[in-house]
Amino acid sequence: MSLSVPDLNFRVIAPALIVALTALIVLLAELVTPAPRKRWLGVLGLIGLLIAAGATVGLWGAPASAFGGMVVADNFGLFLTLVILLGAALSILLALDFVRAHRVDQGEYYVLVLFAVVGMILMATATDLIVIFLALELLSLPLYILAAFKRADARSLEAGLKYFLLGAFSSAFFLYGIAFIFGGTGTTNLMKIADALAKNPRNDLLLVGAGLLLVGFAFKVALVPFHWWTPDVYDGAPTAVTAFMSVGVKAAAFGAFFRAFLVALPAFAFDWRIVLAALAVLTMTLGNVAALLQSNVKRMLAYSSIAHAGYILIALVAMGASGLSSALFYLLAYTLTNLGAFGAVIALSDGERERLEIRDWGGAARQYPFIAAMFAIFMLSLAGFPPLAGFTGKFLIFSAAVETGWAWLAVIGVLNSLVSAYFYLRPIVQMYMSEPVPGWDRIRVAPLVALALVLALIGVIALGLYPTPAIVMATGGFLR
Amino acid sequence: MPVDYLPILVMIAIVTAFAVIALTLSAMTGPRRPNPTKLSPYESGMPPFGSARRRFSIKYYLTAVLFILFDIEIIFFYPWAVLFRDLGWFGLSAMGTFMLVLLIGYVYVWRKGGFEWD
Repeated sequence: MSLSVPDLNFRVIAPALIVALTALIVLLAELVTPAPRKRWLGVLGLIGLLIAAGATVGLWGAPASAFGGMVVADNFGLFLTLVILLGAALSILLALDFVRAHRVDQGEYYVLVLFAVVGMILMATATDLIVIFLALELLSLPLYILAAFKRADARSLEAGLKYFLLGAFSSAFFLYGIAFIFGGTGTTNLMKIADALAKNPRNDLLLVGAGLLLVGFAFKVALVPFHWWTPDVYDGAPTAVTAFMSVGVKAAAFGAFFRAFLVALPAFAFDWRIVLAALAVLTMTLGNVAALLQSNVKRMLAYSSIAHAGYILIALVAMGASGLSSALFYLLAYTLTNLGAFGAVIALSDGERERLEIRDWGGAARQYPFIAAMFAIFMLSLAGFPPLAGFTGKFLIFSAAVETGWAWLAVIGVLNSLVSAYFYLRPIVQMYMSEPVPGWDRIRVAPLVALALVLALIGVIALGLYPTPAIVMATGGFLR
Repeated sequence: MPVDYLPILVMIAIVTAFAVIALTLSAMTGPRRPNPTKLSPYESGMPPFGSARRRFSIKYYLTAVLFILFDIEIIFFYPWAVLFRDLGWFGLSAMGTFMLVLLIGYVYVWRKGGFEWD
């Protein structure tokens, strides 16, 4: 009897392997690190993320598939890997002082972040529904724990439990969808599903499967009407965790979402494009309108992240090379901007007391001019003001939609951007035009948080002024 | 062919008949002397009381999760052991890596006191 060993090309999954190895090393180091030195474990994690980023760059330009077509290292996946690594590194920088201020200074924090990153990278590079599902679980499980990481805080526990229950629920939809797709085509490989569809385009089982898969993805990227968990979880989770999951999960889940629908189901594009366009309209509109009504900065950013998922969905409806590259660029811009915005909330917090209500930001510009200016720039970028990254991203997505004949969708997107300007400008007005609120004037901004903010700011401005290199990098596309 | 499934049908009939006959005979012929201990759901000495929805100590949960983790590890070992020779060095190194990862988790749980009850 002979067994065929699949093509084991560990180089293709090197970034994920390096991060996994780093996580194991940090886990062991945690056991021998005395309590006051726990932050060095975060530094160890950062080094691992940097090495993984180097490995990702080393794979660039030579698309390769491995493990029997389960994982791929194409430019689409590698670009998202870099976005995820960047987001994770910046959020660890934000967390180093945050976990101490909130008295959850444990090495496990970094281990869980690193394991979630492994799941995210695999999800962005997987080309098989089973691997996508495993990666989804691998990224979700650490995040459930991280959301509840501040054990003494009932709101953090509530966030963790809500996220876990709804996440498990959506995983069931996802898995059920995979089962139907397997029933309809006899395979879980994305390319082979497309081949089976090309031979037999009328496939009702697969249609049901695609619908269930859509529900699973919609939960993870928080599309209306599957967004209900987002405000509560983003609000209750520790701010550093919210910052990490608002960018990492979006990049990874949108990666698999795009790949699944564009590689496996292009034959159904006529059907799902209309459904996704409707979801995009709902998501943008409801996200922005609900954000108008929030008085809490974290909840406002949660609804804003829902609205941004709607913008990115327009790129999927547009399909084609321009849709794909605009989504990648948008995810990069959104990662930098959103981490910056949450980072500013962390920077101007007083120990465990966080500046969550918008009225608390009154006069912040007079007390902390640099942080306030950076926060204002991140808000303007989220709203899509030129010449910042958010503007370029929106411009690329809307022009991709117009190019492919979805001009009405782009118009709704632009109108939504106008609405969103109101709530993004509100904290800025509060910071620059209100009297300082008493009790918020003795904050020592942690240098590492300031460093993360400056790095994000450089990225946001650079992507706005000179986006060409990033756009060129984003146009690699899939390996088929 | 449907006729190939005939043995299964016969099997179902025999099993059903056996169960019905055994239960009927024991109900008709056996002596019946009930007492409170015999009537309790578990004759283990542990009196079942209260609602099943009361709160349990988290320690049971931790023990159960650890048990499942290392139990499933054993399930992976079985097929590997059966095909040990065919899989050769590749199988050995793959299983070694798998065990190493589990061992790191084991060391972590051990050092953190996960195996201690109090």
